[in-house]
Amino acid sequence: MSAIRVLVGTRKGAFILTSDGKRERWDVSGPHFAGWEIYHVKGSPVDPNRIYASQSSSWFGQVVQRSNDAGKTWETVGNKFAYDGTTGTHQWYDGTPHPWAFARVWHLEPSVTDVDVVYAGVEDAALFRSTDGAQSWHELPGLRTHESGPRWQPGAGGMCLHTILLDPSNPRRIFIAISAAGAFRSDDAGETWRPINHGLRSEQIPDPTAEVGHCVHRIAMHRARPHVLFMQKHWDVMRSNDSGDNWIEVSGNLPTDFGFPIDVHAHEPETIYVVPIKSDSEHYPLDGKLRVYRSRAGGNEWEALTNGLPQRDCYVNVLRDAMAVDSLDACGVYFGTTGGQVYASADTGDHWAPIVRDLPPVLSVEVQTLE
Amino acid sequence: MIRVVLPAHLRKLAHVDREVSLDVVGPVTQRTVLDALEACYPMLCGTIRDQVTQRRRPFVRFFACEEDLSHDNPDAPLPEQVVSGVEPFLVVGAMAGG
Repeated sequence: MSAIRVLVGTRKGAFILTSDGKRERWDVSGPHFAGWEIYHVKGSPVDPNRIYASQSSSWFGQVVQRSNDAGKTWETVGNKFAYDGTTGTHQWYDGTPHPWAFARVWHLEPSVTDVDVVYAGVEDAALFRSTDGAQSWHELPGLRTHESGPRWQPGAGGMCLHTILLDPSNPRRIFIAISAAGAFRSDDAGETWRPINHGLRSEQIPDPTAEVGHCVHRIAMHRARPHVLFMQKHWDVMRSNDSGDNWIEVSGNLPTDFGFPIDVHAHEPETIYVVPIKSDSEHYPLDGKLRVYRSRAGGNEWEALTNGLPQRDCYVNVLRDAMAVDSLDACGVYFGTTGGQVYASADTGDHWAPIVRDLPPVLSVEVQTLE
Repeated sequence: MIRVVLPAHLRKLAHVDREVSLDVVGPVTQRTVLDALEACYPMLCGTIRDQVTQRRRPFVRFFACEEDLSHDNPDAPLPEQVVSGVEPFLVVGAMAGG
């Protein structure tokens, strides 16, 4: 019998929701790490009982937690994120040089092949790797020291490395995205990096088609087709058919193409999901209606999914890491809101229901499909 | 024994009660007290002082004997009442926010 485990990070702790494969009744455990900001919780694809959590606080800094028993118990592991070599500077909000300074871990990405290998995307933007189950962390400095690094500038939420995609067909290929530098790719396991932003257009920067400087909010891929990438940019939904070398806009008939998360159906590589948000100054759904949009054509043609979602007076946001899918036959789709609801659909988005409500603001949602 | 009072977030992280007692070898200073604290409770490394710079985190304060010692030299001797265990050394989360 299959089961589903939903890992939820919030502003004030982590929550773990479990259900059988019917996905009708949910048990909620938590808050874990009560009172701390949990930017991300993610399980290992190799051993689903191994879960990593990024726990942080403006007062007390960064902590990393690890569980070997599916979240029943936790142990603190390594939290020393020291930049490798000369720190250097990036641009500050006012355009002046600003020294790189570690603030927090935004995203943890466990390896698809080794339970003890895990990557961390941090603010100020850098990529770290652990090969001992998060006991110690070592920067992959080739990214931060890319020649464009001194021109990177933080987005409103800080200069965060928020997306890490590991190519399941090529262990040396890694994609990452940084707000507001853009997307980058490594083809040598993180040693060297190249910007992959050709085709992006951002009116908010002096040169709208610059090599770097784009505020990429999220990138997603389907495991079976890792050369096809989908991106939710600050504005614009984009697609690449060549591993990020070139991007084309696929916003199509979306009512607004601003948003944060984007994800891909577990079994249909051309079926993708976004949550349109009104604008960069009004971070809530258009017209107070919470709508997920689905494209079954890999973009351009979108349909609104509303059944079970609030269609009046809804002014929540859905953050970049707060959407995920399960891999049951009828693909489940999940997302969390800044209003503390986690919504789920057990039928690829046709019908939705809250599986928990009134949590603290949701920062991240990840899903484990358990056999 | 040096008495150290921790804020709620760190007590939960370290699985301890409000106050812990520490053996401190040598001169009793902020640095040696925090070194001893982190040796006993390694999960607190990085939560009071930055892991790399060893500087006090901006929103952490150190109080003792009704004085704010946060800006004192970390190698300065702590008050005698702290050294003798009469008064605790308080690690405090600064008031911040609305």
